[in-house]
Amino acid sequence: MIRTPARYRLLAMFVLPALLVYVAFSVYPLISSVVLSFFESSGQTSAFVGTANYVDLFTNPTTNARFWNALGNNVEFFLIHLLVELPIGLLMAALLTSGRLRRSVGVYRTLLFIPATLSVVIVGFIWRLIINPLWGLVEFPLLGTEATALPTISLMSVWQYIGIPMIFLYTALLAIPDDVIEASRIDGAGSWTAFWRIKFPLIAPQFGLIVILTYIWTFNGFDIVYALNGSAPGPNYSTDILGTFFYRSFFGSSGQVADLDLGATVASVIFLLILVTTAAYFWLVQRRLKTYEL
Amino acid sequence: MSIDTRPAPAAPSNRPLPEAIPVRRRRPRRLADVLSGGGVHLLLIAMGLFSVVPILIVLMNSFKTTQGIFGAPFALPDAETFNLQGYINVFTRGNFLLNYQNSLIVTLATIVLTIVLGTLAAWALVEYKVPITPVLAGFFVVGIMLPIRLGTVPLIKIMTSWGLMDTLTALILVYTAMQLPLAIALMTTYFRAVPNELKEAARIDGAGEWRTLGITLPIVRVGIAAVASITMLPVWNDLWFPLILAPNKQNQTVTLGVQQFVGQFQNDYPALLASLTLGAVPLVILFAVFSRQYIAGLTKGYGK
Repeated sequence: MIRTPARYRLLAMFVLPALLVYVAFSVYPLISSVVLSFFESSGQTSAFVGTANYVDLFTNPTTNARFWNALGNNVEFFLIHLLVELPIGLLMAALLTSGRLRRSVGVYRTLLFIPATLSVVIVGFIWRLIINPLWGLVEFPLLGTEATALPTISLMSVWQYIGIPMIFLYTALLAIPDDVIEASRIDGAGSWTAFWRIKFPLIAPQFGLIVILTYIWTFNGFDIVYALNGSAPGPNYSTDILGTFFYRSFFGSSGQVADLDLGATVASVIFLLILVTTAAYFWLVQRRLKTYEL
Repeated sequence: MSIDTRPAPAAPSNRPLPEAIPVRRRRPRRLADVLSGGGVHLLLIAMGLFSVVPILIVLMNSFKTTQGIFGAPFALPDAETFNLQGYINVFTRGNFLLNYQNSLIVTLATIVLTIVLGTLAAWALVEYKVPITPVLAGFFVVGIMLPIRLGTVPLIKIMTSWGLMDTLTALILVYTAMQLPLAIALMTTYFRAVPNELKEAARIDGAGEWRTLGITLPIVRVGIAAVASITMLPVWNDLWFPLILAPNKQNQTVTLGVQQFVGQFQNDYPALLASLTLGAVPLVILFAVFSRQYIAGLTKGYGK
């Protein structure tokens, strides 16, 4: 048994290195970003300006319009992920655990996950090539038309990350003990009934987790849009999401001056969006989801 | 003469059902029942093809001439279209070897740092219970959900003032901070599974805390492999931080290098496809080898 003072000393010794790196390069920058958004800096000096940066973001006609456009696009980006990834991921997981496969499960699982191991730069290029009218597979300029550009990019991203919800649901389905399913069979349930009445409710909490992770990842998205359309994503900003808007706000672009304070402000707004939604989700939904102890 | 169209009365079935067959209500045949083993395989093969065929198209075309790529994009290279010029161009014109080296350094250093720091912290959070321990554990867990990218503006300032701007060190530090929460959550679950008797026995035999941790490590090696495999992908594939913290030619990672290559050599398709292939291949192979550990890491880490 280790005595209490020694425990404090040991805890500090083992935790401190990780804590320092984590605070210095993750927690501090995030908090500092929020603090920075209340200051106006020019050169070496910076002055507290209250919410002026926020007022500026939302009243300046250019940034205001760009922000709402990016937010709307981001919501669409998220919803397409959710509506396509979840059902297909569920189908894949159900097929993998249907009990009708033997050794091939591992092969299928790996194949379906492989796109998620690629960088988005590669994914973007592969698909741009395949839907390139020059190659003749698709005649329509999917990425060049305002109405279709964002759904097209979203579906490329879905193609890449479909393996993630699949894996979450797959491991949840595997965790269901065989005797539960066996019992339902004896009671006369076919595999369809057993799936929807027994397995599905048991893996329900996983859906909540997938939804919130998808939300965080899509609202933090940047790479696929940047890789395909650059930092001022066209056509006519129709594929601009919060990540690209954030990048432009502090790096600047042809239509915008670089502004670190504005960057920090945009980051804070996105951070708040993610934080409030995640917190609300955990308080209101995840706590009430029934988890069955198996 | 009239035809009796009424259905014949069903003959009463008096035969009892055989005992051995379980009584089943008649249900309409549903999708899941129609899908025999063959059906399941067929669907999964179709989905699997949809996942890998686009990658194979790029791989295949990277071995062709430009005419071959555009003349018959979906045909295998033949004697007339086979060409290695793309790969030669990548190695002579691009910065590929240097990019590879940078990505390897950044990824390996991040994995090692994350494992070392994460293991020490997780060990302490499991072993040394004082009132502040759960608070610390919670503080780390929150980080799994933190979008560290949103702290970019202050990160630029920190890196500039420390003279780390445009260095691989900046990337390693940020990625380690980004991956630590997940690593700690994972290692905590593995350390909890280590029997207490083992650690107590070591301590009674006079082993210090470092020695006791050392004795425990072989038991949690599966967890260490899981941490390594989930750290690998996001670090190797990240575009944001290389773009912002280390954009200079000599510090470019493969992902950023490929991104710039795509912009630079728009019309040299064989070289482009070769660079894309070279950028993807190592990670796909590593993932195929470590997919079991990766899956364990992903679901145990986030599932907590």
